[in-house]
Amino acid sequence: MTFEKVVFYLFATILVLAAVRVITARNPVHAALFLVLAFFSSSALWILIEAEFLAITLVLVYVGAVMVLFLFVVMMLNINIDVMREGFIKYLPIGVAVAIISAIEMGIVITGNFGADKSPALVRKPADYSNTEAIGQVLYTEYLFAFEVAAVLLLVAIVAAIALTMRKRPNTRYQNPSSQVVVRKEDRLRVVKMDVEDKQS
Amino acid sequence: MQSIYLAIPLAPLFGAIVAGLFGWKIGRTASHLVAIAGVAVAFVLSLIVFKHIVIDAAEPFNGTVYTWMVSNDINFQIGFLIDKLTAVMLIVVTFVSLMVHIYTIGYMHDDPGYQRFFSYIALFTFSMLMLVMSNNFLQLFFGWEAVGLVSYLLIGFWYKKPTAIYANLKAFLVNRVGDFGFLLGIAAVLMYTGSLDYAEVFKQAPSLSGRTMEIFDGHAWSILTVTCILLFIGAMGKSAQVPLHVWLPDSMEGPTPISALIHAATMVTAGIFMVARMSPLFELSETALSFVLVIGAITALFMGFLGLVQNDIKRVVAYSTLSQLGYMTVALGASAYATGIFHLMTHAFFKALLFLGAGAVIIAMHHEQDMRKMGGLRKYMPITWITSLIGSLALIGTPGFAGFYSKDAIIVAVRNSELAGSGFAYAAVLIGVFITALYSFRMYFMVFHGKERMDEHTREHLHECSAVVTVPLILLAIPSVLAGAIFVDQMAFGGFFGSAIVVDETHRIAADVAHHFDSWWGLILHSFADLPVYFAAAGVLLAWFLYMKRPDIPGMIQNRFALIHRILVNKYGFDRFNEIVFAGGSRQLGNLFWRVGDEKIIDGLVVNGSARSIGWFSTIVRHVQSGYLYHYAFVMIIGLLLLLTWVVFR
Amino acid sequence: MITLSDYLIVGAILFCLSLAGIFLNRKNVIILLMSIELMLLAVNMNFVAFSAFLQDIAGQVFVFFILTVAAAEAAIGLAILVVLYRSKQSINVDDMDSMKG
Repeated sequence: MTFEKVVFYLFATILVLAAVRVITARNPVHAALFLVLAFFSSSALWILIEAEFLAITLVLVYVGAVMVLFLFVVMMLNINIDVMREGFIKYLPIGVAVAIISAIEMGIVITGNFGADKSPALVRKPADYSNTEAIGQVLYTEYLFAFEVAAVLLLVAIVAAIALTMRKRPNTRYQNPSSQVVVRKEDRLRVVKMDVEDKQS
Repeated sequence: MQSIYLAIPLAPLFGAIVAGLFGWKIGRTASHLVAIAGVAVAFVLSLIVFKHIVIDAAEPFNGTVYTWMVSNDINFQIGFLIDKLTAVMLIVVTFVSLMVHIYTIGYMHDDPGYQRFFSYIALFTFSMLMLVMSNNFLQLFFGWEAVGLVSYLLIGFWYKKPTAIYANLKAFLVNRVGDFGFLLGIAAVLMYTGSLDYAEVFKQAPSLSGRTMEIFDGHAWSILTVTCILLFIGAMGKSAQVPLHVWLPDSMEGPTPISALIHAATMVTAGIFMVARMSPLFELSETALSFVLVIGAITALFMGFLGLVQNDIKRVVAYSTLSQLGYMTVALGASAYATGIFHLMTHAFFKALLFLGAGAVIIAMHHEQDMRKMGGLRKYMPITWITSLIGSLALIGTPGFAGFYSKDAIIVAVRNSELAGSGFAYAAVLIGVFITALYSFRMYFMVFHGKERMDEHTREHLHECSAVVTVPLILLAIPSVLAGAIFVDQMAFGGFFGSAIVVDETHRIAADVAHHFDSWWGLILHSFADLPVYFAAAGVLLAWFLYMKRPDIPGMIQNRFALIHRILVNKYGFDRFNEIVFAGGSRQLGNLFWRVGDEKIIDGLVVNGSARSIGWFSTIVRHVQSGYLYHYAFVMIIGLLLLLTWVVFR
Repeated sequence: MITLSDYLIVGAILFCLSLAGIFLNRKNVIILLMSIELMLLAVNMNFVAFSAFLQDIAGQVFVFFILTVAAAEAAIGLAILVVLYRSKQSINVDDMDSMKG
């Protein structure tokens, strides 16, 4: 058992346990935090096979952004946890059965086609090899168009998320800079002509 | 000449369109003027054509005016064939039509549909002219159907009268039966000759004479016999031969001018004309000729009997028309085509005269048509009386009158015929002469002589009709007397029609007639040595005896022979038979299809059934769409699982 | 020595767990979304493993795109959740049956 193997099993165990807790946790906040743990562990697993760029991205994007978003939403909404747990026990057998059946089938596929004897061994890269550079090389040449589309997709997601959640509250007061800029003297100022008045009266 | 030929049918068409579409605007007088002008132009031009073709003996014209379409080497064309046959028909049609147009001014004077009526009869004239001038089967069929349509419209002219609607529907349906045969005949012609043009078809006809066809397995039939009989079925419908005659008596529901023009003088003779035109085909099939002969003889005799028991003045004339059409058909069957056309011509004149005379009586009697309520009219309506007498004398074949020559020629031709059935036909036409005389003079005596049986009010208002009515009567009376003597030499005996009519050498009976008599005068002299004249005289005498001398006897005979009388009044049960078997049967069949086929199978099973089964299916399937997100997710997951299972254990 | 099948089995287990999670937490949309994230992680795990063991960088590029789409999906899914909560005062899946046939 090499050191690598030990590290792999360590993180794999953490990952599976974290995933189990994600789906069984009573409190959605806990579930989200266990999801963070799962992401961390899988990121470690990826580093183990020299996919550093994606491992870092996973931590930054998921743990840093998406999971925070999840936590935000979970805490923002007032969720009745007990109602949410309804049917958990009732559906436990079928869920477990589905999981086991699919696990067996996938196991058959994996051991049948990608068993230890059939899969190629991992080739270690030289020390000066940069995974980030290699991805960048193909991403900006071969996959440039897909990359651009992904960028547009993200933009659309941003716009959509804002458009969905934004609402106008009737009583809020806010400034309108454009109307402030285009305003003219005549709009605000009124010159009134008056007769000269006698001081005595 | 070609522009004249074109102008002949188009002038009445113009009149019809103007009177029909703009009649409401230009008024009654202008409408009848334009319609009459169109027909008058056609008549004058017909006279020119007659002079050109017949008197100057010019070559027959056969040309195409317009090609409608060409499909797979078959030409659909509008073309004219103007030979002596056409020229005679043109004169007959346009002359009678013109007379009827003028007469209509008086007859329809108070009718709200005045313009419509003129539009229809002008349109009829156009259609009939297209029919007789055609040089191909397509145009013939067009004219054939167009006159049928106008006939339908005119029988139902008083469209608020239920009996008129019934009658025009009946005429239309019975004609459909005939037209179906006609269309099949045309199709057979097209199939075996590949052409619709008369000249081309007639050229190829002799080569078809030996060939046979099999409609049902194992029964070989001569192509020409089948074709000719099919074409003749068309003629049976249009010319009202037994058993397709049932529509003609009922068509008397239409206005009287129509009865005169369409249902006596012209349209019903279209079948006769068509068979004469097809003589090159019919001559090649003795079976078909025999068929024609027998049908004609049956019609001539048995329809005459029916005239004896009718009390409606127009119906008597209608049955007389049927009987006379039978005579023409007999002539055709005996290969005496020229004689048939000759009788057609003379009959057109005197039958139009009789009808218009009957119409005049009806006007005078305030639209009373029952002869039992007439009598003694000769004092009140002298012109009508004289002209009707002339018409009746012509009809029964009094020597010297037009009908005599043509009818006698037919009888002689039939006597000489050697076809199967000619003996029966000869007997039928001889007895027919007696019957014709009997019913004609029964009508004449009942209407114009004897006791005055009308009510007081009507009697006070009895008077001769106006000039628009009497002038056509007089003008029609002239050819009723003279037309026979003028044309008999050429039309009945000589080769008057030239190439238009083909008679096979073995059937040259008409020539035999010519052999016996060299002039019309000889025919008159000879007739007194022959049977028909005495038959006719006996008929007149019997009519005089029964209806003038002893008016009580007819009632006694009626009681004594109640069964026969009932059969005759019921018209041999043709109407009842049609009513029960065809109308009733098709109604039953329709009911069956409606109840079972339509309501049960189509509506119930197919339409509602499929809707219901889909509804039933969807009420079940609807439960699948619960609206709950996780149900959809479950379905997706389970589907994925099944797919995976399939992939793994494949 | 780590083998390809180790990673694939980890991925398979993750996937099965997330399947079970969808069944178990059928009432809670947030945990459903988390299960979907887990499922995507399992897929990514496979991609990365194949990419590394088969020496093909394209697999990792694909994971990159999946991450992009997953982030967009999470953002929009949560936005919909917020809107839903505003209108129904609940995120109970049972309340969302207006698409019922």
